[in-house]
Amino acid sequence: MGFVCSFWACAQTAPIAFIGARIVPVEGAEIANGTLVVQGGKITAIGSGGAVTVPAGARRVDVKGKVIMPGLVDSHSHIGGPEGADASAALQPDVRILDSVDVRDTRIQKAQAGGITTVNVMPGSGHVLSGQTLYLKLRDGRVIDDLLIKLPDGRIAGGLKMANGTNPRKGGAFPGTRGKTMAMARDLYIKGQEYREKIRAANGDQSKMPPRDLRLEAIVEVLDGKRTVHHHTHRHDDILSVLRLQKEFGFKLVLQHVTDGWMVADEIAKSGLPASVIVLDSPGGKEEARNLSFTTASALDKAGVLVGFHTDDGVTDSRLFLRSAALAVRGGMARDKALHAMTLANAKMLDLDSRVGSLKTGKDADFIVLSGDPLSVYTKVLETWVDGVKVFDRTTEKDRRYAEGGDGSAERQSELHLHETEEVDQ
Amino acid sequence: MRSLLLLALVGAATASAENIAVRGDIVYTMAGTPVKSGLVVISNGKIERVTTGAPPSGYRVISAKVVTPGLVDAHGTLGLTGYLNSTADQDQVERSAPMQPELRAIDAYDARERLIEWVRGFGTTTVHTGHGPGILVSGQTMIVKTRGTTAEQAAIVREAMVAATLGAGAREAGAKAPGTRSKAIAMLRAELVKAQEYRAKKEKSRDLRTETFARVLSGELPLLVTVHHANDIVSAIRVGKEFGIKLVLDGAAEAPSVLEQIKASGYPVVLHPTMYRSGGETANISFETATKLKAAGIPFALQTGFEGYVPKVRVILFEAAVAAGHGLNFEDALASVTIDAARLLGVANRVGSLEAGKDADVAMYDGDPFEYTTHCTGVLIDGVEMSKDPR
Repeated sequence: MGFVCSFWACAQTAPIAFIGARIVPVEGAEIANGTLVVQGGKITAIGSGGAVTVPAGARRVDVKGKVIMPGLVDSHSHIGGPEGADASAALQPDVRILDSVDVRDTRIQKAQAGGITTVNVMPGSGHVLSGQTLYLKLRDGRVIDDLLIKLPDGRIAGGLKMANGTNPRKGGAFPGTRGKTMAMARDLYIKGQEYREKIRAANGDQSKMPPRDLRLEAIVEVLDGKRTVHHHTHRHDDILSVLRLQKEFGFKLVLQHVTDGWMVADEIAKSGLPASVIVLDSPGGKEEARNLSFTTASALDKAGVLVGFHTDDGVTDSRLFLRSAALAVRGGMARDKALHAMTLANAKMLDLDSRVGSLKTGKDADFIVLSGDPLSVYTKVLETWVDGVKVFDRTTEKDRRYAEGGDGSAERQSELHLHETEEVDQ
Repeated sequence: MRSLLLLALVGAATASAENIAVRGDIVYTMAGTPVKSGLVVISNGKIERVTTGAPPSGYRVISAKVVTPGLVDAHGTLGLTGYLNSTADQDQVERSAPMQPELRAIDAYDARERLIEWVRGFGTTTVHTGHGPGILVSGQTMIVKTRGTTAEQAAIVREAMVAATLGAGAREAGAKAPGTRSKAIAMLRAELVKAQEYRAKKEKSRDLRTETFARVLSGELPLLVTVHHANDIVSAIRVGKEFGIKLVLDGAAEAPSVLEQIKASGYPVVLHPTMYRSGGETANISFETATKLKAAGIPFALQTGFEGYVPKVRVILFEAAVAAGHGLNFEDALASVTIDAARLLGVANRVGSLEAGKDADVAMYDGDPFEYTTHCTGVLIDGVEMSKDPR
């Protein structure tokens, strides 16, 4: 993945030391009076003030009285206006939202204002399979390529979006019942297995390879464990249907929303699969969300499930993402687990935990500076840093407008959103 | 209407014979400075007094860290828009005609709707609810307490306001009227002119629609106009002044652009939920609008509004909390969901503050009510303990 060095800006090369903050590293204990040093887009040192030697030539930033924690990771969002599958079919694994995300959508700046630094942008849930998702780092970008995460094998990081329950159940080219939904999904995975067998049988001989099939190529990536399925599912029985599907085909899976998760927490725990929970202000709005509870994340965590949170932006606003952790604490979740769920847990679900999700030497310099406790309604995100570059600064008028809203806060950016360049080599 | 109101009161009082003293480390009465180690003394469903010291004998004591008046939600669609969000439980808008002020909220309010219990669990005790936005004139609203198993038991004002919408939200599809902003205003003015003529007539044949507009003209029923764009806010004010009616600006996402005009109009604002989604007519929505209305001296209250998807209902406590998190002073934020809301709705004689003689509607919290991690630990309505499970 590495830090991106585009023609207009590089991640800082001189070290910057943030001195005096309460640091919540997520991995390891909180540091009361900490120092964080970043250089070249990476964290180069972290620890209590006495234990960290600030390198010579480092720019020193006084962050006394403030809180620093890892940049938030949102495991399910729709910022950038992604367009996935169209109405022509219920399963469209060939569709990539890479080909539709608009980096000038101000919701991306608003997500930066909310402290989000890594995000899984997905197509919607109105299909059994609505397309390929994108894992993005919220760098300031002019084109989508600036935000992409490249995997070691050269592929672009992302998952596959699926859904069951009421949303894709609409008849016509789509399933009319829950049973049909799962049958259509199984049918596609069986075709994917057969396609993979043909590829394996060719054994590298191009003349024996099956004709290219964009739909099944994506399914083979899933079957090979190279692409994680993010499965929208709310109702207790729908969650179990997804677990059944996963068991049959053995792919990597993140349960998404998991509203009734508290009812089937033991079954989810037994599967060993993670759950990304949505936190909403009330139950209902649709039949399958009628039993929504603030205790879901807590119940899943206590059962031993890896729990994360997501915004589902625009269902909830990226600028209010920290509220999810706080309301889960209200519902009984331990505070450290709730902060873990905002960061490292989600990073694990995106297979990016070696790079993001916690503050540790060697990891990407993705962090946020907060005015106070992460779970307080009165706390504000002051700065957001990605790869050692400041992408949100509340003291600037433009960024404050993204944080608070008002005139101009929704206008699509025709010009590059650039920040003060003191930590950027031109 | 008065006699029915009294009946409802008597019913409530009968169920709340218990004498209760609510003790709070701090009691925000919303009628003067907060009382430390305060005691809200309650009998017959009413507040006897707010005091300090030992509770009187014969009173059951309920203790909490923070005590506030029961919260007042200045506008929602609770009870008309059920949690399942299916056609069977959505009664906020009727689409056979663009103006139907004669539709009464009491004829649609489901007092057993699950979401009523949900919001009450966070401290909401009074809600101004009824027909929703999304059509030029959708119908009437009512004011309820979040208790009772029938609309009659819940209602404290059976007919409160007439709900209207201007701007893109009022547009009908295809060739149906109104198709433009100007047409919507022309249609509304025509009905109000007709009602003026109706009022002047001596011999009247009954016409529910015109009768209701006549009550708007007389000032009995304010016109609650949901409106977001700055130009539509100004249009609403223009119509209100032409007919000399009581008008309440509802939603008002772009209010910060026309603060002077709103202030000069004297009309109050029932502001959109602080966390209302940005997009379409609310593209320029801001978390700071409540703070700006306060600074401008414009009377306002917060609302939960109408939600067409998830979450199906908002919680007024959370909307006030986010306003407080974005610059609104703590007590101003609390006032916007208690006494200021009660005044705006014309029910401050009964609810919205903890004062002798008022309804014993009390919310209790185990910390700062606005902090996400605080729990609501109890709710009293008319002196009856409605819930005590922390939420």
